[in-house]
Amino acid sequence: MCRQWLRFLFVLALFGMPAWTLAQTAAMAPAANAPASQAQIAALQQAVAQAQMSGDNAWMLVSAALVLLMTAPGLTLFYGGLVRRKNILGTMMQSFAMMALITVLWAVVGYSLAFGHGNGFLGGFEHLFLRGVTLAPNPAYAATIPEQTFMVYQLMFAIITPALITGAFAERVKFSSMAVFLTLWSLVVYCPMAHMVWGVGGLLNFNTPGAHWPVLDFAGGTVVHITSGVSALVCALYLGKRLGYPEENMAPHSLVLSFIGAGLLWFGWFGFNAGSALSAGPLATSAFVNTHFAAAAAAITWTAAEWVLNGKPTALGAISGAVAGLATITQASGFVQPMSALLIGAIAGLVCCLMVLKIKKIFGYDDSLDAFGVHGMGGTIGALLTGLFASGAINAVFGKGTDGLPHPAGAIDGNWRQVWNQAVGVGLGWALAIAGTLVLLFLVDRTMGLRVPATDEVEGLDLSQHGEEGYDLNG
Amino acid sequence: MVKIEAIIQPVKLDAVKAALLEAGIEGITILEARGHGRQKGHTEFYRGREYTVDLIPKIKLEIAVADSLEDKVVNAILNAARTGRIGDGKIFISRLEEAIRVRNDERGESAL
Repeated sequence: MCRQWLRFLFVLALFGMPAWTLAQTAAMAPAANAPASQAQIAALQQAVAQAQMSGDNAWMLVSAALVLLMTAPGLTLFYGGLVRRKNILGTMMQSFAMMALITVLWAVVGYSLAFGHGNGFLGGFEHLFLRGVTLAPNPAYAATIPEQTFMVYQLMFAIITPALITGAFAERVKFSSMAVFLTLWSLVVYCPMAHMVWGVGGLLNFNTPGAHWPVLDFAGGTVVHITSGVSALVCALYLGKRLGYPEENMAPHSLVLSFIGAGLLWFGWFGFNAGSALSAGPLATSAFVNTHFAAAAAAITWTAAEWVLNGKPTALGAISGAVAGLATITQASGFVQPMSALLIGAIAGLVCCLMVLKIKKIFGYDDSLDAFGVHGMGGTIGALLTGLFASGAINAVFGKGTDGLPHPAGAIDGNWRQVWNQAVGVGLGWALAIAGTLVLLFLVDRTMGLRVPATDEVEGLDLSQHGEEGYDLNG
Repeated sequence: MVKIEAIIQPVKLDAVKAALLEAGIEGITILEARGHGRQKGHTEFYRGREYTVDLIPKIKLEIAVADSLEDKVVNAILNAARTGRIGDGKIFISRLEEAIRVRNDERGESAL
């Protein structure tokens, strides 16, 4: 009995505590109401800015790592599984080489050419050797993360873009020539395109005051997928078919590897697209959701289309569809509503499937791993569909009116002109990719030779180019 | 002595091996093989490209036995390897001139 009373008193005391503390706070309130000094306000503002920077920077560093993961092991496994067993190391090495080569190039000159000031077409040289690229934010690009974070994040894009091209000349290109060609390609095609669309004062950048053709490219549909995909087509046409194509059996040697690669690509794409918000805010969420939705929808439509055309829903079709959806939504990811993303993905799966299954056959070129069919085609329709579906309510890219409502972004908002703007971006991307790639291929072919000798091609790139074997079954 | 060569479905290897031991064989050699009979393989599709895979993985067994065991061994293989579908395989039987045990130069049926 006594014990129960004690317990009751204890509980009463517990409930009483907050009331007592509140009373104390109230007693202190008049002091807190005194006007804060300028110094206090400044300190508070700084603390808020620092808090925002830690949040945004955390996401951006993770995103940068995710985008690198897309190249290796994502793309290396995806492409590696699609080639014949004698070429797996050669194929993986082509992408991996980009991680090393483009990184050095970016530090020395690439970043400056893409994101320095300069003219509408190309950045300047003020950031050579990363001069002036510090840990302080550069508000021209991202006000809440250190510029070095922005620089290294963009570097990961510069790496994967030429790596995507390697799918077109797989199983037949000389390693040395490939390395020289893609390094030069990065300077001649990638950097100018990145500058035009994203760079300060870029011709197509919607932030450039008075831009004639403001292009909406959230995460690189034009900059990454059109440039790489179209260049891939040019490479496939210039190099010619693999020996024995299409009579010989060139079936993928391990779709298991391709599956793992595709899974990693899907995973890494969240960094690619949601990271392109350059902050950890709601826009990143929007891009994340759209990315995922488009991949899923495209996996379904590609598989379904193949089921109808060939009688079976293939595993390779499902993963190819997902990648096509991801490539296509890239440009639109931070501009559209989730339902638009589903639709864009569904269209992407269908169009890219028809491209790879039917149209490639009609023209007969050997785009070995379908870099054009998936990335070139996906990038192109993605660019145009962005003009159709961009919504000012998701991302007020063209600012807000005096009534506080966003100006129309895409045709869905009533701004049909944006489809035309996107088409101009597509046209410039195609033109630059075709011209730059042709000139560089010609130069490298004349000086170094692009293709391996026929005997090396038969032996496989692993042994002939690297003196190694991917699978040592006697080991 | 006879040499019995049998080509069977890889999935039937364990069943056939067990049946052969039951039938009283002493030794067996197996080879991983590829081939086709009248079945002529199957078709695969990769991104719309069609490939005919006509050499299908099989297991080839080689067993040398005394004449007295021939029927028993053949029946053991037939019963264990048969699914009743195309691709079940074949059995080939040939007369064996000599068998030699490498360890001690033993010859004839006792070397089996």
